Amino acid sequence: MKGLLRFLLQHHLFLLFVILEVLSIYMVINYNDLQKKSFLNSSNSIYSSVYNKYENITSFFSLSNTNKVLASENANLKNKLLSSYKSNKIIVEEIKDSIYKQQFSYIPAKVINNSTNKQHNYLTLNKGKNQGITESCAVVSSTGIVGIVKDVSDNYCTVLSVLNTNIYISSKIKKNLYYGSLHWNGKLYNRTVLTEIPFHVNVLIGDTIITSGYSSIFPEGEMIGTVHNIDTVKGGDFFNIYVDLSTDFKNIKYVYVIKNLYKIEQNNLEELSSDD
Amino acid sequence: MIKDLLKYAVWFIVLVIFQLLILNNIQFSGYVNPYMYILLILILPYNTPNWALLIIGFLLGLSIGIGNNTLGINTSATVFMAFARPIVLEIISAREGYDTEKQLHFSNYGIKWYLQYSLSLILAHHLFLFFIEVFTFSNFFYTIWRILLSFIFTSILILISQLFFIRK
Repeated sequence: MKGLLRFLLQHHLFLLFVILEVLSIYMVINYNDLQKKSFLNSSNSIYSSVYNKYENITSFFSLSNTNKVLASENANLKNKLLSSYKSNKIIVEEIKDSIYKQQFSYIPAKVINNSTNKQHNYLTLNKGKNQGITESCAVVSSTGIVGIVKDVSDNYCTVLSVLNTNIYISSKIKKNLYYGSLHWNGKLYNRTVLTEIPFHVNVLIGDTIITSGYSSIFPEGEMIGTVHNIDTVKGGDFFNIYVDLSTDFKNIKYVYVIKNLYKIEQNNLEELSSDD
Repeated sequence: MIKDLLKYAVWFIVLVIFQLLILNNIQFSGYVNPYMYILLILILPYNTPNWALLIIGFLLGLSIGIGNNTLGINTSATVFMAFARPIVLEIISAREGYDTEKQLHFSNYGIKWYLQYSLSLILAHHLFLFFIEVFTFSNFFYTIWRILLSFIFTSILILISQLFFIRK
């Protein structure tokens, strides 16, 4: 007993070091659970209020650019309005409104924190539970997809960026609808990799990649980007397709959070089937 | 004593805010990010007890980790750096020994000593941080390249900042 006590006293520094390191590594490995269950993430009130104040100041300097983006988006939307089309329709089908039920609802939000230089990048948005955002909502900008909501507090939420090596997004080639899985390799902030597209599929540089709509998070047809180059893996069955993201992750200010109103129903059904 | 405590508490807060709001937005060539907050561990006085160094390193890493949403990654690196500090100080001991009254600064111990002291600790921190972050040894040379770039920028920032705080 005395020997043990003397040993502990002699090496108390090294023991403290080992304890703190083990605690840190534990946090690295369990960071998902820890972030959800505790205040240890940047949507807690102290950090988000500081980020918010800072963002209020800096967003002033990019107002003119933001205006330009909004104006071009407005023009784009106005182009889609029925009033700006001349009708050439000859056969008119009668459609009752009651057969259309809204599946996706869009909530506008502002990015108050963002990173692109790590392996696990996150964004923080200024909308949360009180504005109707829940976990696993999709996030898109006016130019393309951004990520998936991870944690939600009352007025803020954190978003797993597409530039996070933990995220996989079901996506497809627009022209022939073959689908694969999109994953970031942790290198360039504007390029991701689309895998699981077999060799016989005809894909060319410049082809458009969109979301597949298979995952109950993203609606079908959200823009992801265009093919940069195509890599054939020796001995494999699938292409590595490098995709240039259409969203400029260094320059996102305003985004839309998309809520799938039928998600719970779809997930419950799919879980039932996968149990067998 | 209380005055010192207050002084380093202010340093702590200023460095964390500076790192989260300014430096995290500075990115050269896409993935290089200077980590200047570790300056706190370098400037703590020589007679800081070693256990306090470890605790301060842990708290410093934790505050950065919460802000970055990278819980644990920064913490493990700063704790490692705090643990390495007394060892490095012993290895590169100053010519006339250390004076507890004097700051660990190149105006007191010379440029060569200061470079050895700061660069080795910054390198230790970066090596640990980046390998914990990727959590794998695949892509080894790519990670080494990223470490080197960030290491250079962090070192330049820390050395420049020390020019402004020359004290006898």
